[in-house]
Amino acid sequence: MKCKTCGTKAVVNMPQHKLAMCKEHYLEWIPEQTARFIRKYWMFGPDEKILVAVSGGKDSLSLWDILIRLGYQVDGIYIGLGIDEGIGYSDTSLRLCREFAEKNQQKLIVVDVKGERGQSIPELASNGSRGRMKPCSVCGVVKRHEMNRIAFEHGYAVLATGHNLDDEAATLFGNTLSWSKDLLLRQKPVLPEQNGLARKVKPLCRFYEKEMTAYAMLRGIEYIYEECPFSVGSTSIYYKELLNQLENERPGAKLAFYVKFLSARASGLFKEDDYQPIEEVEGQIGVCSTCGQPTTNSGMCAFCKIVTFDKKDE
Amino acid sequence: MPVTFVLREKKHEVKPGSTLMDSLKKINILPESVIAVKDGEMILQDEILKDGDIIKLVSVISGG
Repeated sequence: MKCKTCGTKAVVNMPQHKLAMCKEHYLEWIPEQTARFIRKYWMFGPDEKILVAVSGGKDSLSLWDILIRLGYQVDGIYIGLGIDEGIGYSDTSLRLCREFAEKNQQKLIVVDVKGERGQSIPELASNGSRGRMKPCSVCGVVKRHEMNRIAFEHGYAVLATGHNLDDEAATLFGNTLSWSKDLLLRQKPVLPEQNGLARKVKPLCRFYEKEMTAYAMLRGIEYIYEECPFSVGSTSIYYKELLNQLENERPGAKLAFYVKFLSARASGLFKEDDYQPIEEVEGQIGVCSTCGQPTTNSGMCAFCKIVTFDKKDE
Repeated sequence: MPVTFVLREKKHEVKPGSTLMDSLKKINILPESVIAVKDGEMILQDEILKDGDIIKLVSVISGG
């Protein structure tokens, strides 16, 4: 298989695009396409200050690398979850993020959940009022809260995450299976800033997971290969495997599923009166009595309930 | 000698002479879920695998 650009031996093949590329041209193509998606979805402008959420994984570190190469002002935020499980998962992921930041001379903000809140994510999950839930549920609430807090406290206009197309397609698949209208309405490449929530963007949302792995490997980015111990057997991984079976038989199926969903929604998949942008339900959005961040709960937000072990919702 | 695939320290062996894509099918691994590396270089589905090749498979799926 030959590179479509120069005709030398290809190392990446993307059947969904009928496109194969050599290392050199692939490493140019990914940032070019990222820049195109940033413009297409109006994610952010050249002068805006961006905070990229990094986990030490291939997607988030690749996103940081790409945004640096595209010339954006971009700092990293790492949330230390305190996950060890016998493999030092959080220690390794933090080390890789720190090494990336030092190598690229970038600022990395580290939030240590246990240091700030007294307990790690697994401890919060097992000790708190949400102890019957999986650590992943607690993790999601804590990460969203802390990333939003840091974005506001440090004056970042945008919070960027490394969600790839497989992440988005798996989420879409799950939300479609359950016809979760509210979640389907909110699944977008850009969630605008409003009511104390930072703008959230997903610049990698059009790249397959395999493409991002190839980018990280070819660019020489050292990332954590081990799975988070708590994600083994997760529903999202199961959905990704199912979608990959489909992709194997029908190249382009994952891309079409996601992109056509975005197009269909834009052209009226949901009735206009189904859509309730946050500003129209402003009266339903309150302020957490403890931390001051926006919440749909009365009183404390979900994060504060977790970290203060509020039992009222039991 | 067989072709040896290594995926997360688990080994699979197949006969040489087939393409990467056909060999992955024989061991029930979806090409979409892995990147194949031979002698430090990424290889594609049409690559014919030879006697004694050792192919490292890098899983691309992550969760959380």
